[in-house]
Formats: sequence, C-alpha cells, structure tokens
Amino acid sequence: MSLHLKSAAELGRGLAAGEYSSVELTRHFLGRIGQGNGRLNAFITVTGERALDQARRADAAIGAGRGGPLTGVPLAHKDIFCTDGILTTCGSRMLSNFVSPYDATVVERLAAAGTVMLGKTNMDEFAMGSSNETSYYGPVRNPWDEACVPGGSSGGSAAAVAARLAPAATGTDTGGSIRQPAALTGLTGIKPTYGRVSRYGMIAFASSLDQGGVLAQSAEDAALLLEAMAGFDSRDSTCVDAPVPAYATQLDRPVKGLRIGIIREFFGEGLDPATGDAVQAALDAYRRMGAELVEVSLPALPLSVPTYYVVAPAECSSNLSRFDGVRFGHRCRDPKDLLDLYTRSRGEGFGTEVKRRIMTGTYVLSAGYYDAYYLKAQKVRSLINADFKRAFADVDVLMGPTSPTPAFRIGAKVDDPITMYLNDIYTIGANLAGLPALSAPCGMVGGLPVGLQLIGPHFAEARILAAAHAYQRESDWHRRVPPAWA
Amino acid sequence: MAIEWEVVIGLEIHAQLATRSKIFSTSSTSFGAAPNVQANLVDLGYPGVLPVLNGEAVRMATLFGLAIGARVARRSVFARKNYFYPDLPKGYQISQYELPVVEDGSVDIVLDDGTRKTVGVTRAHLEEDAGKSLHEGLGANSGIDLNRAGTPLLEIVSEPDMRSAKEAIAYMKKIHTLVRYLDICDGNMQEGSFRCDANVSVRHKGRHEFGTRCEIKNLNSFRFVEKAINFEVARQVDIIEGGGSIVQETRLYDPDRNETRSMRSKEEANDYRYFPDPDLLPLVLEDAWIERVRAGLPELPDEKAARFVAEHGLTDYDAGVLTASREMAAYYEAVVGALGGQAKMAANWVMGDLSGLLNRDGLDITASRVDAARLSGLLSRIVDETISGKIAKEVLEAMWDEGRSADEVIEARGLRQITDTGAIERAIAGVMAANPKQLADYRSGKDKLFGFFVGQVMKATAGKANPAQVNDLLKKMLAG
Repeated sequence: MSLHLKSAAELGRGLAAGEYSSVELTRHFLGRIGQGNGRLNAFITVTGERALDQARRADAAIGAGRGGPLTGVPLAHKDIFCTDGILTTCGSRMLSNFVSPYDATVVERLAAAGTVMLGKTNMDEFAMGSSNETSYYGPVRNPWDEACVPGGSSGGSAAAVAARLAPAATGTDTGGSIRQPAALTGLTGIKPTYGRVSRYGMIAFASSLDQGGVLAQSAEDAALLLEAMAGFDSRDSTCVDAPVPAYATQLDRPVKGLRIGIIREFFGEGLDPATGDAVQAALDAYRRMGAELVEVSLPALPLSVPTYYVVAPAECSSNLSRFDGVRFGHRCRDPKDLLDLYTRSRGEGFGTEVKRRIMTGTYVLSAGYYDAYYLKAQKVRSLINADFKRAFADVDVLMGPTSPTPAFRIGAKVDDPITMYLNDIYTIGANLAGLPALSAPCGMVGGLPVGLQLIGPHFAEARILAAAHAYQRESDWHRRVPPAWA
Repeated sequence: MAIEWEVVIGLEIHAQLATRSKIFSTSSTSFGAAPNVQANLVDLGYPGVLPVLNGEAVRMATLFGLAIGARVARRSVFARKNYFYPDLPKGYQISQYELPVVEDGSVDIVLDDGTRKTVGVTRAHLEEDAGKSLHEGLGANSGIDLNRAGTPLLEIVSEPDMRSAKEAIAYMKKIHTLVRYLDICDGNMQEGSFRCDANVSVRHKGRHEFGTRCEIKNLNSFRFVEKAINFEVARQVDIIEGGGSIVQETRLYDPDRNETRSMRSKEEANDYRYFPDPDLLPLVLEDAWIERVRAGLPELPDEKAARFVAEHGLTDYDAGVLTASREMAAYYEAVVGALGGQAKMAANWVMGDLSGLLNRDGLDITASRVDAARLSGLLSRIVDETISGKIAKEVLEAMWDEGRSADEVIEARGLRQITDTGAIERAIAGVMAANPKQLADYRSGKDKLFGFFVGQVMKATAGKANPAQVNDLLKKMLAG
C-alpha cells in the first residue's frame, strides 16, 4: 500500500518498526504537495527544508529508541497557528508579510511529540468563513470535486488530508471550522472542549469560542494527535488545568448501552434529504451495535446562528484591532497621518468578510446597542448551555448531521452571507456551549462525503472518540480516498 | 449681593503597583530602561498572544481595599476598553469596568481647622497602563516606547466629596501615604507612579445638584493639582457669571502657563465599547485568601497616629506629621525606643531640627545622615544633662556634617555642660563686676535685666553652663 494511504497511526507504527524512515515519508508527502497543491491550493507555505530537518531528527530519535507513536509522522498546520521563523498569514493580506517570532503551544507540543511540519495550510481569512473562499490566497478546492469548496475555515487542512498531501492536519473551530470541512471532505475532525487545547499562539478570531483541534483520517488518528496537543498551558488563562486522558488507549470502549440523543432540531427544514438519510443510516448502525437511541429537543438551539453572529463579531472587532499597521503586518504606502495609516492599512489589509464582521461587532458593542445585542446574545448563550446540560443529564452523547448539505460549488454562496452562515447551523451550538464535538464520515451523496456529528459533555472527548471509532470499525467511509488522489 | 460658589471635586488617582513584572506579562516594570527593551510579545500585542493575570497585583489591590474599609469583590471582571492609539498595542486597554475588585471604601482627612472629614472612595480597579509616544529628537516622526505598556495600575476613584483644592490635596496626600504604607506603590510622582485626574465643577452654595464638570487629565504633582483646580474653578465661575455655561469636556493642565486647555468635548469622546475580556476568566477571590492578605496589613497611619496620641501623649497634630510617612514614623519610634520614653522631645527633634536638615539637603528620612540610634544618643545627653538643648542643636549639625556620634562631637568640641556650682559662681561674679550699671539698675527694681545677666553668663561659659543652675545662682547672687 502506498505510504500516503496509511493513517497517521499506521505510519507511526511503520516508522517505529523501521519499515521506512521519516525522511522517506517526508519526501513522499513533499512530492505529493509539489504535484497536487497547484490544483487544490491547500497550502500557503510549504516548509520543505525544515520538514526534512525535523524528519532527520525524528529518525535519530527512533534509532535511539526515543520515539513515540507520532515521532516522524508528517503533518500540516493551519496557517492560524504561529510558527517561529515562518510566514504566518491567517489567510489575510494583513499578515501576508508576518513571520512569527514564536511557536504556538500546539505547534510546540506537536513538534515535541516528534511530528514533522510539512507546511501551513490555507484558510478563510482570520478563520471567518465556511467555504475557504475568503482567503487572500484564493479558494481551496475540494479533492472530491474540484469545482466544489472544501468547507471552512480549515479548508486547506481538510483538502490537504483528504487528498493525502498530509496524513493529518491541525485546525481551529470557532463555529464549525474543523467539523464542517471534515464533513465536506470525508475526514474525522474533532473540536475539543473549550479550554482543553491552549489558544496561545493561535491567532484569535472569537476568543470565547475558538478552540484548536485536528482533521484526520480516523478517530484513532484524531485521538493520537489530540492527546499530543492538549493540556494545561499557563500562557492561556482559559486553558483548563486537568490531566489529559490517553485517548488512543480508550478507543475500544463498547457502544453497547450508550445512550445517544438524536437532536430533533437538527432534522428539520434546511437539511438536505439525502444527507439526512446518510446520517439516519449511521444512527441505525449504532442501534445495531447496541446503543440506545432517544430523541431529545434543545429548543434554544435554533437561536445559535443569530447568537453566534453577535458574539463572534463582537469579539473579533476587538481582537483584530491590533492589526493597525504600526508594529507588524500590512502598512499602507506613505501614510499622510495617523488616521490615514489606520484606515488605509486596515482598509487594504482586510477582506470583505472580515470587514463585515468587524463592522457588525463594532455596532453590537456600541453604546446604546450593547444591551439589545451583546448582552441579549450572552443570555441566549446561557439558555443554549442549559439546553445541553439538560440533554446530557439523560444521554451520553448527542448526534446529528454536521452540515445541512454536502460540499457546494465554489462561488455558489459568496454573494449571500446569510445562506453561507446557515452552513454552520448544526455546529455552532457546541462552540457556544464549549462542548467537545466531532464529525466523522458516514456516507456519500452524489460523490461527495457526508458527516455525522457527535457532541459530548465537557471533557468527554474520550467518549465521542470511542463512539466514532466503534462506527469506523463497522464502516469504511473514513477509508475512502478521492479517486483522483488515491 | 455676590453669589457664594461651592466647589465640587472628585479625584481619579492612578497608582502604579510595585509589582516586579507587568500585570499581564512577565516583562519587568523597572523604570528608565532604553525604549522598548521591557516589552515582550504580550506587551507588543503580537498575533496569538494572551494575557495572564499577575497575582501580586491582585494582592496589592486587595490590600488597598482592606486598608480603606472597602468591600473586596469576591468576583470581579476584566473588560476591554477599545480605542485606537499607537501607544495602545492591542487596540484595547484591559481594565475593570462594571465589576471592580474594590468598592465602597473611605479615608479620613484632617482639614486646616483640625476637623476631620471622611472622603468616600467609590471604587478601585486594576488595569494596565499604555505605552508612551515620544516626539523629541525624532524630527517629523513620532516614536513609541512600550516599556510602560502593561504596567499594573490601581485606579482609585473618589466620591465628589471635596470642596476645595486644599481638601483635594489632603485627600491625595492621604492616599499617597496609604499606598506607601502598604508598600504597593513607590509614590514617585516624577516618574508617573502616582498621578491623578481631577473632576471639577462649581455650584451655588446650598444647591444640591452638581454643576457640569470638567475633567483635568494627568496631574503629576500636588502643586499642579492645587493650581489646576484653582485655575479651573476661577475659569468656570467666570464663564457662569458672564452668562455662559460650562461644556462637559476633558482638559489638560499646562504648568508652564498655569492654565487648563480643552482636549476633547463629550461629543468627541470615544465610544469605548467595553465588554468582558474573553481571554481572562472572572477574578474570583476566596474568603480564606482575603483573610491571609488581611493578616499582612501593616499598622495604618490613622491607627499609628492614634497610638502615638494615646500611648506617647503626642498632640493630634504631631502624631499626624510623624505618621505622614511610614519611614518617618519608624524613625521616630526607634528614637523613642532607644531613649525609653521622652516621646515629646523625640517628636520635636524629628519634626524640627532633623527635618530641617533633611529638607536643607533634600534627603528622604531613609537617607538621613544621622540615624535614629545616633539621634537618640544625642537626646540622651540632654536627658542626662551632659549638654543643654541649645548646645544639642550645634552637636546635631556637627554630627550631620561630620558623620560622628554625639559623644564624639561633644568630646572633640569640649561641649560638655558646666554643672560645677563653683565654676558657675565664678562666671556670675565676673559678669556682675563687668556690668556695674546694669547691676545697680536691677537692684533698684528693673527685673527685666535678669535675662541680660543670663545671656552674659551663658556667653561667658560659651553656652555650656547648665541653664537651670545659672538661673538659681544668678537669682541669689544678684539679690546680693
């Protein structure tokens, strides 16, 4: 079997067994990126030399018996993570010249685990988008159908892994930015509990919602990678000081007796019927495995999109104020005065969607509007939280579709932000409540993958990973590779 | 009849907390480094960095809250104050807005007539300082120094309780004393560690509603606060008496011209779009932790002054002066301790001659050239009558200038007091012989000349004769 068709876990085992070296593996993936990236536009920066350096060190570590399960395994980082000495653009013209002077905690930890960074992946500008069309570096194509979007904002990571240009990739998820692209490209993507993974060095979009995670080929890979990147970091005050379970060793928990709540609100109007059928088939499979399925209602959940589009823009309007052309990033030519420096640097540096959200956020925080929007949204957020809490008093895990439709065509929704925003209708709730959630492939519609979403209570990553793993032992959707990239 | 005006003043004091590192980063807070060397990636607001609260700043704010009898919030929240300025790297300042860490305290001030007045402290909250813009020596450009960015500040907001510039100064000095007692701020006003904004308005005496106020920004000396308030009061009264009305605005005090100038009006004011900072969890303080902080409270100036009055028998005034700084009070107490009493004498010497020398040389009491042990050594020579109080002043100056102990100076200069009756009698006899006319006048009833004879005897003994003995013996011998 070709090296690129192996999962990260398999590659780790092969490296440990000496079947191939990390340098060989790295060259193989760099070669695939060289051949394929022109078509997919999945990578903004490829870090070949550094990758080979890291690969040589990994090989030495394995040779010295100091290897771990991920030592020598190549992967890609979403370009939202700061990487020391390497261009870190966040998909924006604003940071098109920004070479980070430090590593994000996630990057640091995955490097310490012996992984090899192949490069930085394309993304919606500042992670604001659901199709990867807002990137300054151009849209990313879906390996399953290059006329379609891969989803967003972690679209480059999704396309790279789906096309097997990298065995796995990091992503971030503020309103579905890991799960929706994972669903649209046939991957397993997990957004952990808010506070599980350090946000230090992850360029902020909406601080109370942002969470780093993984896009991988399987639940097993996701478990391995999450274990390496999660855990307390004193540099992030919102990072939780709790031990990280060995997720990969807990994958074999039985599904028998698992109480699965089917979210009624996720199966109504707006859900593509074929997508709904695929999700239903997966739920039936769980029933056959011995799980107990019950319907649950989360009445406040339909309010999550409007709530999100108040909270996230509010936070982003403030988070993005530091991009002012003064200390780093894009600066306009020959500013006349301070105001000109600000307005032109920001006017030129940010794209349309980012500006739309900054303006929305500025508006909802303004004197006289704060109570009606921001404060109201926070109240609805607590209602959504309470809904989830109530549901988890009765069930172990919640399930439903990840995205209302399979991948759509590039350009189909760019002129209609509301329709675009509705893409995240099933994913946003978990961000608002800070819950761990995962998308796993569960079918194909018209040649395009469909994702099943699993949501767990706080810090129940091991439970949803094990549930997904159980399904992946009974199905092969996660093993399918786009024919053009096999 | 002329209208009587009443002045209403509230102060916002910014005290820089004396933590070693910044409020949300590990950079040093020390003053005077080359521009931008004390600004790390967090202070520079780099993409991806996050604030982490410095616990020491919280302890200091709590200590202050406890010292002013305030409520220390079990839960307070950091908010973002959003505005663009080059010295504000993140485009927002992290501050506490709706829920500050300290609320509802008060301090007492003593007015000129000796009466006490309580000034309310509405709140005190933690926040980060901004950087500085530099203009000198840069031609048409401006520079930014972010060393100060992220320095912890405690903003102490008073009630509008003060009715004159003098009261405002008394309040500001009281807070200044307090933060130094608590060792939470170095109080250095030149370096900007302690500065204030003054909210000033005027109204007809007897009215209840406040007049429109103006805020005077960034006053960094007691003298400027007083001058700025007085200027502002006169300006406002002039406007109103001329038929105009006050515009609510922010004004800057220009010490060179002694005037305040408009900076921005209410209409031009920023909409800061405050909202809770999602990067920082609410600050939750547990009762047990607060009690541990309380256990670290030193004796506060008011308590100390009361003790000096009750135990040492000092006047309120003297106790107030001596407790104005923790160091002065400690010095005084060390002197009293070494003397085993003599509190009034110790107080007089510390407040009088010693303070005179300190002022002359511009020294702080911690840098006094005569330490408490040496001063008590000097005073004990007055107590045991080795020297007189008058000679002691001379000895102190010599100690100060020469760096010697009282005994060394007394010995070297032969200043030991003359207590030998025979020697004093011989000196008196000499004075009487040299001044026959004055002697005759005295004996014919001019009692006032007694002082003349005392002076002559002291002169003849180079001031060393024991004054009490001189008095007794003179009376006898002049009577004949």
